[in-house]
Amino acid sequence: MTLEIKTSNIKPIRNTYGHIARRFGDKPASRYQEATYDNAALVNFHYKPLWDPDHDLNDPRRTAIHMEDWYALKDPRQFYYGTYVQNRAQMQEKAEGNFSFFEKRDLGARLSEDVLSKCVRFLLPLRHVEQTANLNNMHCSASTNYCTALAQATKFEAMDRLGNAQYFSRVGLALDGNSGSTLNEAKEFWMTDSAWQGVRALCEKTLTVKDWYETFLAQNLVFDSLLNDLYYRQMDAWLSVNGGQDLLILLDFMSSRLTDSQRWVDSVVKLTAAESDGNKELVQSWISAWRISAQQALEPLASAMLGEEALADAFSALETRLGKIGLGG
Amino acid sequence: MQAKKLNVKDKYRLLTRDLDWEFSYEDRKEAFPYEEFEGIKITDWDKWEDPFRLTMDAYWKYQAEKEKKLYAIYDAFAQNNGHLNVSDARYVNALKVFLTAVSPAEFASSNGFAWAGRHYGGAGARVAAQMQSIDELRHYQTQIHAMSHYNKYFDGFEEFPHMHDRVWYMSVVKSFFDDCRSSGPFEYIVAVSFAFEYVLTNLLFVPFMSGAAYNGDMATVTFGFSAQSDEARHMTLGLEIIKFLLEQHEDNVPIVQEWIDKWLWRGYRILAVVAMMMDYMLPQKFMSWKEAWELYFEDAGGALFKDLERYGIKMPDFTETIKNEKDHISHQAWWVFYSHGHAAAFHTWTPTAEELDWLSEKYPDTFDQYYRPRLEAAAELEAKGERFYTAGLPQLCQTCQIPMFFTNVDEGKPTEIVYRESTYNDERFHFCSNECKHIFDREPEKYVHAWLPVHQIFQGNCGGGGLDEVMEYYRMGLGEMNLDYKGSPDEKRWKKWKGVA
Repeated sequence: MTLEIKTSNIKPIRNTYGHIARRFGDKPASRYQEATYDNAALVNFHYKPLWDPDHDLNDPRRTAIHMEDWYALKDPRQFYYGTYVQNRAQMQEKAEGNFSFFEKRDLGARLSEDVLSKCVRFLLPLRHVEQTANLNNMHCSASTNYCTALAQATKFEAMDRLGNAQYFSRVGLALDGNSGSTLNEAKEFWMTDSAWQGVRALCEKTLTVKDWYETFLAQNLVFDSLLNDLYYRQMDAWLSVNGGQDLLILLDFMSSRLTDSQRWVDSVVKLTAAESDGNKELVQSWISAWRISAQQALEPLASAMLGEEALADAFSALETRLGKIGLGG
Repeated sequence: MQAKKLNVKDKYRLLTRDLDWEFSYEDRKEAFPYEEFEGIKITDWDKWEDPFRLTMDAYWKYQAEKEKKLYAIYDAFAQNNGHLNVSDARYVNALKVFLTAVSPAEFASSNGFAWAGRHYGGAGARVAAQMQSIDELRHYQTQIHAMSHYNKYFDGFEEFPHMHDRVWYMSVVKSFFDDCRSSGPFEYIVAVSFAFEYVLTNLLFVPFMSGAAYNGDMATVTFGFSAQSDEARHMTLGLEIIKFLLEQHEDNVPIVQEWIDKWLWRGYRILAVVAMMMDYMLPQKFMSWKEAWELYFEDAGGALFKDLERYGIKMPDFTETIKNEKDHISHQAWWVFYSHGHAAAFHTWTPTAEELDWLSEKYPDTFDQYYRPRLEAAAELEAKGERFYTAGLPQLCQTCQIPMFFTNVDEGKPTEIVYRESTYNDERFHFCSNECKHIFDREPEKYVHAWLPVHQIFQGNCGGGGLDEVMEYYRMGLGEMNLDYKGSPDEKRWKKWKGVA
């Protein structure tokens, strides 16, 4: 049996905005649709940017990729601001619980010297890698101002990565009694340890890339796939069998965040490549180039951290991922 | 491993600026290429004081709580046909102005902060700018969602992004944000964070939200309260950036002074539309434009500039002009929209007898003398069935893009329109004021590119030469979202819902 509460019934004169109706028909629209589609400025800009006079302020030509409809590159998670922050707030609540559990039980004291030193040398410097990812995604967000679907999703990724950088820093603080000493040591490794210099050089290089789509691929697909496999699968396994399980709960935010982020990245790249042969060739050539750079950059780190096979395993994970999005070799 | 525990400030430093490092493999200038071209000298980013110490985890948590409450109200508002509770359907026209002219600017601002938040060399400033970037996205999207319900029952909301890029008066706001986004990262943040957010927010954001509160608009007022803490953060950033730039190097002082002068004037010109909204469009008025200006600028701004004196910053000279204009601009702006009501995406009307008396009381020195007779004459024409619409298109100022309606109040000639001009590359350009001319003269190569809507119409770039074609280009139609409120579909529906004849 259903209850029917009587409300005053006034017939709407339209169901949604004109630009939404032209795309989806005049029917009730979702909040994602109204927040996202066809609401970014595209024409009649007043001035040329002093810092880039060859382009308009909002200009799809800041990448060599062409799309008939940029909004095809939508976010499968349907994140707009409200759903994004609410989703991440739930995840951070869980992370907060993990950190306080770890600190309350003094789980850091149970970690062996071996695990601790591995963590300081290999895990904590990731905060700098995450900050690079923050900047790279902010570059994408600033450059995709002509398509809200992309501008918002890349902005969310950027803020996520700043969050990751801060969580990695907090892992250090949880281990050094909030003194910051582990973070100082880790930064020294980042700056001088030969295992890290390739990665640092690669991070610096990605920050000089101008074509935002190339930045997107280098960071979110190539570099991240390899690091994710090295850290959230292989390093995770190493910690599990070497008495470092307690540390894993502090990495839970970063590893669970990956699942939804990768789904979005894969969807964007897949749709871009499927658009045209030109796009596909461009995407493949960028991936090939960045694979080579990443190979050289990551080899010393992967070997020192996990052994000689580690990077090859990570590359086969990348291969699998590329296969799934139609870009397999 | 047991060293001294960190204080809050040092801990926040580790969570933000310590993420940065000195480059070894690439030229850092390749990664942060826009820090120097404006002439600003940054000697030490470490001197940046974080205006608020917000980490991402706390950001997600606070913002999610606010969003949850806000959307619960939106849902309740829609479920209960909240639009029926506003003071009068005329009020909704203020919201149309907001969604079409202001909301897209929030998105432009989100973009500007993303760009600046990518390019500052100092991580502390970058993080603050990035957070504002995502906040501005929030404002854009929550405004779209708040107006979504009104759009279902009133005309004039449905084409907001299309119109923002095309319609003549929208170019006033669009050109403001195009102007600051096309500048360098430091001018951008002085323009938006200091001139706009810190000095002028109380004269734009607050009037619209207070108007909503006084007129029974629960959706908008809830948005206003929800955005308040974001705005407070944005204002704090504005003050921090100005102090930081001034303290970094004495050579920055004259550059920053030029920017303050330029952007306060640019911002003030946009407020003409707020002035008109406050004095003419709110059925329940909370304050006159003149009172708001005195309270929020003359009192509060005066104290601010006193505080900045020690850095060598002066209150801009033109504040005398603004003082003189405060008795006039709302009346002048409303007349421009009333007489061009066929080309506006909202309804216009003549004030009721009661409203005319309110205006006389609030503007004792000017209203009865200069503005009441014109409005009464317009009402008489209306009564005869001859509602006045002007046939011509207004001449626009090359800088602020507002129709040339401002009068020579500085010289005590309030009925004489101000015309200023400059010649650049053998072409003549027109301005509404000395200040707009001065802004042009400093960077003529930038402002000659302005997409002036009236010129574009005459050049045939807006669908064609006839009014019908231009209206089609605007997606405005005739008789639905434009023309007088009396006789509009909005009015007919409202009367039907309220059961009045």
